[in-house]
Amino acid sequence: MTNINVTDLENSSKQKKGRLIPILDQIQAKFGYLPEEELRQVSTEYGISLVDIYGVATFYRAFSLKPRGKHLISVCLGTACHVRGGPTIAKEIEQQLNVKAGETTADKEFTFETVNCLGACALGPIVVIDGHYFSSVKVKDVKGIIETAQNGFDKIDSVSDQKVFPIEVSCARCNHSLMDSRHIVDGHAVIKVTISFGNKHGWLVLSSVYGRDKVESQYKIPDEQIVQMFCPHCHSELIGGTTCSECVAPMVPMIVKGGGVVQICSRSGCKGHLLDLGGASIG
Amino acid sequence: MISLNINGLDVSVEEGTTLLEAAKFLGFPIPTLCHMEGLEPYGACRLCVVEIGEGAGAKLVTSCTYPAQEGLKVRTTSKRVAKARKMIIELLLASSPQSKTIQDLAAKYEVKQQRFRQEFEDCILCGLCVRMCEEQMVAKAIGFRGRGQERSIGTPFDKKSDVCRLCGGCMFVCPVCTLRCTYNEPDKAICGACSNISAPCLDKDKFDDMMCYLDPCAACEIEKQPCGKGGK
Repeated sequence: MTNINVTDLENSSKQKKGRLIPILDQIQAKFGYLPEEELRQVSTEYGISLVDIYGVATFYRAFSLKPRGKHLISVCLGTACHVRGGPTIAKEIEQQLNVKAGETTADKEFTFETVNCLGACALGPIVVIDGHYFSSVKVKDVKGIIETAQNGFDKIDSVSDQKVFPIEVSCARCNHSLMDSRHIVDGHAVIKVTISFGNKHGWLVLSSVYGRDKVESQYKIPDEQIVQMFCPHCHSELIGGTTCSECVAPMVPMIVKGGGVVQICSRSGCKGHLLDLGGASIG
Repeated sequence: MISLNINGLDVSVEEGTTLLEAAKFLGFPIPTLCHMEGLEPYGACRLCVVEIGEGAGAKLVTSCTYPAQEGLKVRTTSKRVAKARKMIIELLLASSPQSKTIQDLAAKYEVKQQRFRQEFEDCILCGLCVRMCEEQMVAKAIGFRGRGQERSIGTPFDKKSDVCRLCGGCMFVCPVCTLRCTYNEPDKAICGACSNISAPCLDKDKFDDMMCYLDPCAACEIEKQPCGKGGK
């Protein structure tokens, strides 16, 4: 079994075919690429011929048949970026990483690819690493950009100098942002995590304004209840090993954009929290 | 029945007939590379273009995929059609100049120059073999892969397919490798154009039991030594 959970599987072949891309999406999300073995299993399980699966998998750029690196570097070679020097940037990255476009470095750190337009032509040449955009890139910037990616992106922006400030946090494991801009509390996007307590699982949003303790959840959490929090993206538990200085419940760490770690107490009702900005100065 | 007009001749055909079939019925020759009776029309080679409509509304369509319509006026050899067809042949010739079929077409339609860079491709992506494999052989062993410039035909992962029965139908219908398939009839292979072809099976030793129309093996690749498969 592929362990890919596709519900409501219909029998008609047309619908099966329409399901192919979501299935491939799930495999790609799980493995980071499409392993041959998995595709063969999809073929037998869903009765879609391997030729069709392979055709789709090789057609879309979003799918990769080869393992990808930890960081994905895309250089725009669209018309505007091209005339502004995109190809020289691409060449520089190829030299720095010692790979060709579409390849992954031997240490599996970087995958380098070229794209044809990112839709921000005025900012070209553009380099995107893991969803972070770098505009008007010059050849001499390339080294710095690659190093930034290697060191993690939390260390780039400095924190704004205000007494009350919203923080932006990301998962300590996958570095994916935990912010949810569709949900606004205290005038800012919230921090959204998955929680689990007892036999209940659901979402929990926290005010991102540091010092406020507004919490909303799918379920009413009983006072004094210790909840487990999980990253909604990589599903790993947000747990750091430290305990709350007030109630001895486990602390939940999250990486703060701009540097540092914020820890909040996992016990409902406890106000214990810590902000360690790791040397970055705030007012 | 649908009545339409092809090159000034009125003809009645059954509903669902394509323009290509209707023109053939009247005896108007329309060249095509990707059309074969018994296979779904695909409209890939564009050679069968005809002009339909009149005046400013006239347009070029592929006759193999265009169904006959009541009162339609079709021209199969108008100036515009001839020009478009010549260009298509020129482009095909640039991509696969070694193909006997395409050479013959070029000669027939008086394509005397070839202004594009020669590529010596083994494939014009007409999809005949893919449709043959799927529709007639019900195997689905080969298919299209990639897209754009990288589009190619082959088995998934370039590995020997479990569902391929080595029927050779794909090679039989291929308009580009026709010569390879007729090489064991020496009277048809006197032009020697096959010496330009690189055998696709040579660098793929996974195709151990590949059934090839050529005898001896890799006769299509004169300079390299035969790969030891097939009859020597």
